[in-house]
Formats: sequence, structure tokens, C-alpha cells
Amino acid sequence: MTAALDIFTVVAICAGAAFFMAGSVGLLRFPDSLTRLHALTKADNLGLGLIVLGLLPQADSLLGGLKLVAVWLLVQLGSATVAQLIAHALRRRGPGT
Amino acid sequence: MTEFLLGAAGLVLLTVALGLVRVLGGPGNVDRTMAAQLLGTGGIAALLLVAAATGVRGAADVALGLALLAAFASVAFVNSAAPEQEATGKDKPDQQADE
Repeated sequence: MTAALDIFTVVAICAGAAFFMAGSVGLLRFPDSLTRLHALTKADNLGLGLIVLGLLPQADSLLGGLKLVAVWLLVQLGSATVAQLIAHALRRRGPGT
Repeated sequence: MTEFLLGAAGLVLLTVALGLVRVLGGPGNVDRTMAAQLLGTGGIAALLLVAAATGVRGAADVALGLALLAAFASVAFVNSAAPEQEATGKDKPDQQADE
């Protein structure tokens, strides 16, 4: 059972790290600001989400696990709001902002 | 498991730091802010991984604080980049209608 949970952790964390890599590469390679914003929010939500999911079996207490989920939810909320605000600013001011 | 978690933390931090090249080159301030926000999220992920690897529970609290600060930093940037008319509250009525 412990080995199965460890394998789950390794797989989920590897997937999360891959999403972070995709986010960085997208931020560097995509042609304009809106597509870069798209790459960024994927890394925020899925990358961190998968890493938190992978860390959940390793949490030593219920409170620790809840705190991990709380961090992820806070980041979700913050990044969704910020993505809307940045897209709005881009639309108002044009791409040179 | 400890070595794997620490290695994953290093990998995440490295890839996110690579994204900081956008701060140097990025044509607009929006791109620079986005790179900083990616660094914030990557820092949160790395801190959570380090907390799980080393058993230092305080690191998870630091991650929680970083999440709050990263959101505030971007909101402050959008506020400072807002047009003058929006800052003084003199929006045209049709612009207010779609908000």
C-alpha cells in the first residue's frame, strides 16, 4: 500500500513538474502577451494542482493535507482573478502595456 | 522519497527561473509581471515539496504567505497600469456597463 502511494506521488509530481516546464517554455516561446497568459495560467493551475495532489499521500496529518489543499485553492483563486485583470488591462491599453 | 522530493523542488525552481529571461526581454511590463507570477507559483510548489521532504512544517506556511503576496503583487501592477480615467472614476457609461 505504501509503495503504491509512493508511485502515485512520483507520477503526479513528475506530471506537475512537466506542466511547470511547459509554462516556462510557453512564456518564453509564445508570440504575444495573451498566448503567454494562457501558458502561465495552465502552469499555475495544473502544475501546482498535480504537485499538491502528489504530496497529499505524504502528508503526516489531516491538518497538513488540508493546508496543502488550502494553498492550492488560494493560488487557484488568485491566478484566475489576476489572469482576468491582466487580460482586461491588455485589452484596454493594447499590447504595449 | 526525500531525495526525489528535493530533486523535484530543484527542477521546478530551475525551470521557473528559466522563465525569468522574459523579465529581461519581454516587450511589455505585462510580460514581466507574468514571469514574476510564474516565479511565485513555482516558489510555492518548491516550498511545498521542501516542506514534505524535510518535515519542516513551517515551510508550508511560508508557501501560503507567498501565494497571498504573489496575488497582491499582480493586482497592484494592474492597478498601477490602469488608464487615468479609470483611476479617477471617470469611466464612460458604456464602459461601465460591461463590467
